[in-house]
Amino acid sequence: MRISIENFTKAFGTTTVIKDMSLEINSGEMLALLGPSGCGKSTTLFAICGIHRMNSGRLLFGERDVTRISSQQRNVGVVFQNYALYPHMNVFDNIAFPLKVRRDTRADIERKVKDIADLVHIGELLHRKPAELSGGQQQRVALARALVREPDILLLDEPLANLDAKLRLEMRSEIRRIQQQTGITAVLVTHDQVEAMSMCDRIAIMDQGKIMQLSSPKEMYEDPSSDFVAGFLGNPPIAFLEGVAAEGGMRLANSEVTLPVPAAINLPDHGAAVRFGIRPEFFQPDNDLKIKGRISFVETQGREELYDVTLENGSVLRSIQSQGGSFKLGDNVNWGIAGDRILAFDAAGNRL
Amino acid sequence: MRQNFRNWPVLLVLFVFSAPLLIMLTFLLVDAFTTKVPGTMVPSGVTLHHFRFLWTDLDNGSWGIWGVTLNTFNFALFTSLAVTAISVTAGYALSRLAFPARGFFLGGLIVLHAFPTVTLIIAIFLILQLLGLYNTLIGVIVVKAALELPFGIWVMKGFYDTVPWEIEMAGVQDGASRFTVWWKLILPQVQPGLMAILIFSFLSGWSEFILPMVLAPGNDAQVLSTYLATMLLDGGTQADFNLFKAVGLFYALPVIIIYLVFQNKLMNIYGGGTKG
Ligand SMILES: Nc1ncnc2c1ncn2[C@@H]1O[C@H](COP(=O)(O)OP(=O)(O)O)[C@@H](O)[C@H]1O
Ligand SMILES: [Mg+2]
Repeated sequence: MRISIENFTKAFGTTTVIKDMSLEINSGEMLALLGPSGCGKSTTLFAICGIHRMNSGRLLFGERDVTRISSQQRNVGVVFQNYALYPHMNVFDNIAFPLKVRRDTRADIERKVKDIADLVHIGELLHRKPAELSGGQQQRVALARALVREPDILLLDEPLANLDAKLRLEMRSEIRRIQQQTGITAVLVTHDQVEAMSMCDRIAIMDQGKIMQLSSPKEMYEDPSSDFVAGFLGNPPIAFLEGVAAEGGMRLANSEVTLPVPAAINLPDHGAAVRFGIRPEFFQPDNDLKIKGRISFVETQGREELYDVTLENGSVLRSIQSQGGSFKLGDNVNWGIAGDRILAFDAAGNRL
Repeated sequence: MRQNFRNWPVLLVLFVFSAPLLIMLTFLLVDAFTTKVPGTMVPSGVTLHHFRFLWTDLDNGSWGIWGVTLNTFNFALFTSLAVTAISVTAGYALSRLAFPARGFFLGGLIVLHAFPTVTLIIAIFLILQLLGLYNTLIGVIVVKAALELPFGIWVMKGFYDTVPWEIEMAGVQDGASRFTVWWKLILPQVQPGLMAILIFSFLSGWSEFILPMVLAPGNDAQVLSTYLATMLLDGGTQADFNLFKAVGLFYALPVIIIYLVFQNKLMNIYGGGTKG
C-alpha cells in the first residue's frame, strides 16, 4: 500500500523535531530512513503507525486519509528496536495475540500462526518463552507477530541494532526475503548505511528532521546531492579535500598544488571555497591525476587493505586496494585520483 | 559452598541483640501451653486450659473469639482488596498517563507516605461521625485503606516504571485497546508487586490496633487487637496473663504462617519494583 506523508511537522513541547516533511513510499517498496541518531527517524516511524500524533500535515495510506485514525485501526505491523515481546507469553501466544484481539476463530489462529512461524523459520520454538530465545530468534518472533495480521504496512525500527555482527548479516537477508515474499510495503529505520544500502529499494537520508535526499542506494552513492550524504554513505568513508576555486581548477588549502577539474563541474568564482570528495576506490596507484603524499596508516581488512595517505598540506586521502601491494607505513607515494569521479561541493555543502 | 568464617562476629552481634526477642517468644510459647506454680520459672505441667477461649465464652461482653476473628479477617481482607485495587490502577495512571496535576499527585503521595497518620485521627474521627460510619467496621476499613494507599500506589508505580513502553505500544499496534493492553500485557508483569501489596496490606490490617480502638470501640466491630487490649484493661491486676498469651499466640499465628509462605513475594517490594 502506498504511503504519502504530506507536510508533516512534529514538535515535542517547544522543540520541533520534524519540519514540513513530505515523503512518498510506493506500494510494495522497502524504504530506508537513514540518518544519524536523534535526527527524527523513529519519530517519523511512530507518526506513520499512529503512536505519535502529527502536529500538522497529512498521512495517507493509498487513498485513505489516516491522519486522525487511531493506531488500532491503521493495520500497521511494527517491529520495535528491543522487539517488545510479551515476556509472560510463549512464542505461540505472542504471535497469536493480534489475532486473539481481533477474535479470530481458534482454528484460524492455529493455522495462521503455523504459517507465519514457518515463513520466519521458528516453527519449532512455539512453546518457548521469549527469555529462552536468542536475539535472532526473538527478532524472528517480533517479525512474525507484526506480520501475522497481514498488515498493509510493515515498520521496522533499527531491527538489527541489538544483534551481533554475524546474526546481523543473516537477518539482513532474512528480513529482505520475507518482505519480498509477502510483497508488503516496508519502512526500515536505521543509522547504519550498509543496512540501508543492502536491504532497501530506496533510501531517504535524513538530517535534523529534514530529508536530504531520496533515491536508490546506487544513485545516492554515486550521485550524492550534498557533502553530508556523500560522507554518510560508503565504508570506508569518503575523504574530503578543502580548497578554493582558482585558475585551472581547485587550489588545495595551504598548498601550491592545483587539481584540474572535470568539465562537468561548474566551479564558482575564483577564490570561493570548494570541497572535493574522493572515495577510497577512486584514489589508486595507477590513476592519472597524481598527487604526492606519505602513507600514515595501514589497515588490513582481509581481502583488502586500507591506506591513509597524508598530503603535503596535511589533508588525508584514503585508498582501498586489493591485497598484495608492497606498500608500507611511512612510504612516500605518488598515487592518482580518478578525475571524472571527483565529487565537488560548494561552501554550503551543496553539490556542484 | 565454602563456609565464610568471617561471618561469625556479625552473627554474634545479631544474636546478642535479638536474644531478648527470642527469649520472650520462647516464654510466650511455653507459658501458653503449661501451668506453673507462682514464683517459679520452670513449668509444672502441660495444659490446654489457657486456650479455653476457643470453645467457651469468656463472659466479657464481646462476641466470643470466633466473631472477633471473623471481624479481624474481614477488616484485613477488605482493606487489602481495596488498597490493591486502587494501587494497581492509580499506580498505572501515575506511571504512564499524562494527566493534569500529575506532579502534584506524585508530590502529595510522598508527603502522605511520610506523614505521621496518628496526627490525623481527630479529624478522621469527626469525619466518620459526620458520615455515620463511626463505630462500624466499614468506617475503619475505609480509613485504614486510605492510609495504606500512598505506600501501595508508590510501590505499584515503581513496578510499572520498569515495564518497557514498547510493550504497551506493541499491544496497541496489535490492535488491542488501552484497557486490554493494561489487563493482558502490563498487569501480568507487575503481578509480583500486586501480590506483595495484597499480602502486605492484609498483614498490616490484621495487626492494626489504633484505628479500631479509636474509631470503632464498640463490641460489634471489635477485632483481635482491641479484644486483647480489653482483656488487659478489664482484668486489671487480676488479668489472666497465661490466657492473654494464648490469645496472643492465636492472633499471631496467621501472620507467621502468611509470612513463612509468602516471604519471597514480600521481598519483591524491596527488590523488583522500586528501582529507577
Ligand atoms: N517523547 C519525546 N519527548 C521529547 N523529545 C523527544 C521524544 N521522542 C523523541 N524526542 C526527541 O526527538 C529527536 C528525534 O528523536 P528520534 O526520532 O527518536 O531520533 P532517531 O532518529 O534516533 O530515531 C531527539 O532529539 C529526541 O530527543
Ligand atoms: Mg530511533
